[in-house]
Amino acid sequence: MMKASTQLNMSSSPHSHSQKTLSSMMMTVLLACIPGILVQTYFFGYGVIFQCIIAIITAAAAESIVLKLRKRPILSTLKDNSAILTGLLLALSIPPLAPWWIIVIGTLFAILVVKQLYGGLGFNLFNPAMAGYVLLLISFPVQMTSWLPVNSLQHYSLGFFEQFQVILTGFTSDGFSVNQLRMNLDGITMATPLDTLKTDITKGLTVTESLAGDVFNGFAGKGWFWVNLTFMFSGLYLIKAKIINWHIPVAMLATLAFCSILGPLFSPDIHAGPVFHLVSGATMLGAFFIATDPVSAATTNKGRLIYGALIGVLIYLIRAYGGYPDAIAFAVLLINMAVPLIDYYTKPRTYGHGEIQ
Amino acid sequence: MESLLEQIERGMLWQAPGGVHPPGHKELTEKADIFQLPLPEKLVIPIKQHIGVHGNVLVEKGQTVLKGQALTEPNQAWSVPVHAPTSGIIDSIEAMPSAHPSALEEISIVLIPDGKDTWCDLSPIADYKTLENQDIITKIQMAGISGMGGAGFPTYVKSQTDKNIEFLIVNGVECEPYITADDRLMQEYADEIIQGICVLSHVLKPEKILIAIEDDKPLAIKSMQKASESFSNILVKAIPTKYPSGGEKQLIQILTNKEVPARSIPADIGILVQNVGTLFAISEAIHKGKPLIERVVTVTGRTLNKPKNVWALIGSEVKHLLDNCDFVPEAQQRVIMGGPMMGFTLPSVRIPVVKTTNCILAPNQIELPVNDNEQACIRCSACADACPASLLPQQLQWFAKAKEFDKLEEHNLSDCIECGACNYVCPSEIPLVQYYRIAKAQIKEQKEEQQKAQRAKERFEIRNQRLEREKEERLNRHKKPAKPKTTEEQTKIAQAMAKVQSDKPEKSAVSAAIARAKAKKLQNENAEILPDNSEVAKQRAERKEKARLYREEKNKDSLNSEENEIEKTANNDKKSAVAAAIARAKAKKLAQQAQSNEASDVTKTDDPRKSAVAAAVARAKAKKLAKQAESQTSDDVNEPESTQVEDPRKAAVAAAVARAKAKKLAKQAESQTSDDVNEPESTQVEDPRKAAVAAAVARAKAKKLAKQAESQTSDDVNDSESTQVKDPRKAAVAAAVARAKAKKLAKQAESQTNDDVDEPESAQVEDPRKAAVAAAVARAKAKKLAKQAESQTNNDVNELEPESAQVEDPRKAAVAAAVARAKAKKLAKQAESQTNDDVNELEPESAQVEDPRKVAIAAAVARAKAKKLAKQAENKGSEAPNEDTNEKGNDE
Repeated sequence: MMKASTQLNMSSSPHSHSQKTLSSMMMTVLLACIPGILVQTYFFGYGVIFQCIIAIITAAAAESIVLKLRKRPILSTLKDNSAILTGLLLALSIPPLAPWWIIVIGTLFAILVVKQLYGGLGFNLFNPAMAGYVLLLISFPVQMTSWLPVNSLQHYSLGFFEQFQVILTGFTSDGFSVNQLRMNLDGITMATPLDTLKTDITKGLTVTESLAGDVFNGFAGKGWFWVNLTFMFSGLYLIKAKIINWHIPVAMLATLAFCSILGPLFSPDIHAGPVFHLVSGATMLGAFFIATDPVSAATTNKGRLIYGALIGVLIYLIRAYGGYPDAIAFAVLLINMAVPLIDYYTKPRTYGHGEIQ
Repeated sequence: MESLLEQIERGMLWQAPGGVHPPGHKELTEKADIFQLPLPEKLVIPIKQHIGVHGNVLVEKGQTVLKGQALTEPNQAWSVPVHAPTSGIIDSIEAMPSAHPSALEEISIVLIPDGKDTWCDLSPIADYKTLENQDIITKIQMAGISGMGGAGFPTYVKSQTDKNIEFLIVNGVECEPYITADDRLMQEYADEIIQGICVLSHVLKPEKILIAIEDDKPLAIKSMQKASESFSNILVKAIPTKYPSGGEKQLIQILTNKEVPARSIPADIGILVQNVGTLFAISEAIHKGKPLIERVVTVTGRTLNKPKNVWALIGSEVKHLLDNCDFVPEAQQRVIMGGPMMGFTLPSVRIPVVKTTNCILAPNQIELPVNDNEQACIRCSACADACPASLLPQQLQWFAKAKEFDKLEEHNLSDCIECGACNYVCPSEIPLVQYYRIAKAQIKEQKEEQQKAQRAKERFEIRNQRLEREKEERLNRHKKPAKPKTTEEQTKIAQAMAKVQSDKPEKSAVSAAIARAKAKKLQNENAEILPDNSEVAKQRAERKEKARLYREEKNKDSLNSEENEIEKTANNDKKSAVAAAIARAKAKKLAQQAQSNEASDVTKTDDPRKSAVAAAVARAKAKKLAKQAESQTSDDVNEPESTQVEDPRKAAVAAAVARAKAKKLAKQAESQTSDDVNEPESTQVEDPRKAAVAAAVARAKAKKLAKQAESQTSDDVNDSESTQVKDPRKAAVAAAVARAKAKKLAKQAESQTNDDVDEPESAQVEDPRKAAVAAAVARAKAKKLAKQAESQTNNDVNELEPESAQVEDPRKAAVAAAVARAKAKKLAKQAESQTNDDVNELEPESAQVEDPRKVAIAAAVARAKAKKLAKQAENKGSEAPNEDTNEKGNDE
């Protein structure tokens, strides 16, 4: 029996909640990245793991400092895992053997300036990971383009701790620099598949001729193909788990495919086909993990389709005609700027309004 | 193309956008039958349990009532009575905490049951089909039936819609988790529900009746299907389980794919929705005569050991229900009236069950944890995906936090049904619905304040207008005395006049005229004083007002030097204004005196010329004064004339300037003439000879002009004389010659003017208009002559130079002569053209010219004279012995 004097607690409706919280969402995304990381490690070495560790530590530390300065609760805010996710995505985007200070600078910039300076979670206009990536790419182009070739192509394979040493010091214990590590058996510095294709085209080779090179497995980059495939499956899982909406990835990939079909129609010798574009570089990572960052992306579904399509177009244009081999970061940042306008013009029709009976 | 009805009959269902799938928790209470509760110790019956107004209380404290007895009666529209749920004694009628989120106190009737549960007399209707619709509706109203689905809309208001209802939708959806009240009702009382449907469909006559039940209630679906088998127009529809499909608007969309337009009701699109509980109550009221006194309530939650559905009497306290379900409260216990999505927490268990209570939920922390961990919105738009009204909850939240009410209305905040689906899915655990409720309340408050402010503004403006009106009336009061004076005086004057005229008829016209003049003088003097006075008085009043305003401003602001300055300038303005006014008054006075003198002097036909001349003289004097008064501050026109002319070119320029001034003066004279012409018209005396007077005036002006021209000419001549003269003797001779010529010309101009002046006089001055025309013509001629005189002078001046120079070539002399002749011809042409110009000027000036012939004649005359002048000039030109090539050319 209940005492008449028992105090009852008050709360506002609704009293029920789906229990899908921020931290659980972000954690799901983090976990979905792991297969991709593993595949990347298999093909390109352990460097990626070190980069991820350094990124996570830096991101957490940077966020804590800022929260303390802003007099916000540190632990509960860190618990939402958003800073860690940002660091991780940045770590996945940079060369595995980039020096340690590259990832530190990039993460600091992404968390401190792009995210917290704009107001913290939910208030940043630009994708923090991509803004950090662009900062690094423009400031340290050499280090940011020192991609290792696939393990099978490396003439000098590195062990676990040796890779860590390279990251920390820039040299292996034997004294080889990163550039030397990048050389293949012929002594030619290897670049990413996208980069190789671009350089070959400027040299006068056709796409088919270029794709016959060592770096490629016939239609896409060795190793990169598998990495992209893994990220694609992870992304599909995220859609199923209703963490992300299908609109952005589908729009982006469809548009990219469409543009890369059009290109070869006009001049097949200097434009690579859709399959190449879809599985090269960071396309799948970008489509499912980076462009779908909810804070900087469009919010209405119609808007998301437009947003994804625009990113796809920009990626193709920059890849085909721009100066940089991979264009995800630039494309995402540029279309981030268009998001408020896209949101304004894609408002859905409310029930009972504007309906012709 | 299938019709909507056919599609529905085929089994088609549509979808409402958004929606969520919260866990149902219905297994707690859906199995057992509805439990009959024992009588409570106390019943608290709020007198208003619906949307609308409460009725008049019929009972009083201490009164014994029977079960089903009406406690209130409806007194206006939207009023639904309440009834005693059981027999007993009225303990009190007072404000008690209500079944509302605010738990504010509302008037309730406290009833202590006596345990006997005696029914009052019931009057069931045997066959409702024999009744009029209105009677059925009245019966429904008097049974106290209002919507039992949760909103509490008076059922009789809904049923008496005059719109054509196509679909009657029976809402058995019960989409909220935990609640199984309607489920059990449909399973146990399906027949009664169908009977209620029949009553309502008899009143509304819909085409089809759709019973909507969610597919997580298979037993209820079966039960209702069985009960409605024999009814062809009742269709049971099982719809997919989704929250909030049971919302009226969403249900309509799911069943018929129609949208209720914003701010209108479903009846507007031919649809009516009723809850199964309401229909059950209708059936009870019509067939058994029972008013609405109890309802099915689901008492559930995992803090209850025996959760179940119960028949709860309206007014039984929640404590009674919980006690009967073995309630074991925990720390931080919440008791929710309603479901977990839209129910509200109760501050205590001493809150009564009302007609709209469908659930009492007492959850523990595990099944419904409290969320107070609000974080920033990450713009994931899960809320927009879940919203059944297709709103943008994320944007609404931004605007609600920023208090941007206009943006909220733009984004259709008022269309939010507060279902809580957005809140349910938000990962940042933002209490969205709470923000919207607060925003809605703030918008309502703001609108009320705006209305108040608007009304206050209107009142203020009206008050200001009233004050101004009063002020004006006060000002006008002191002006009024002027008028009676005038009329009195005028009647006196008129009488005097009549007397004067009648007294001395034999005396000479002159004396009569003198008498008349005196009378008029009296009148004018009086008239002078009064208008002057009124004008001055007006100005004085204006000044006083200004002063008052300035003083007011002074009082309002702190004393500044600015204000003093304003006062000073105001005083200065006043002084100058006063001086000007005085001058104007004097001028007018003189003018009027002159006019009166002239009026008195002029006899009928004796000597128009003399009188005209005298009038003109008087006029001129008056004008002079007026001009002096007006041109206090204007520059002296004659100033440039006194400048030293050193160059014959400059002499030409000076001559041109002099000409311009002459024109100006002439125009001024003209305007003065026209003013004077107007002035006499404005007085009461009408004199057709005014035109002649005007003509005389014009003549006088012309003379003046000519004199001025002469003076200018002489000046120019004198000035040119002071230029470089090589041969002083010859120069002196030439100068004398020139002077003589100029004088001659001027005299000629004068004589011409006189001739011209005489001409119209000699002609029969019968038509004042003709006289005006003639006057204008004379004026023009005068101008022309003056110009000619100037030009002649200039030519002579120019000719002076070559005269003084030494002649070297006889051929050059011949050439010079030819040139001089040409000049003369040119002059003549100019004179002609001037004439033409003047003729052209004549036409617009004399607006009322009816006889163009006269104008033409006058023009011809002028032309002839011009030619005469030109010939004279030519002769003079040829007389000059030594003429050199004149580089100067003509004066123009």
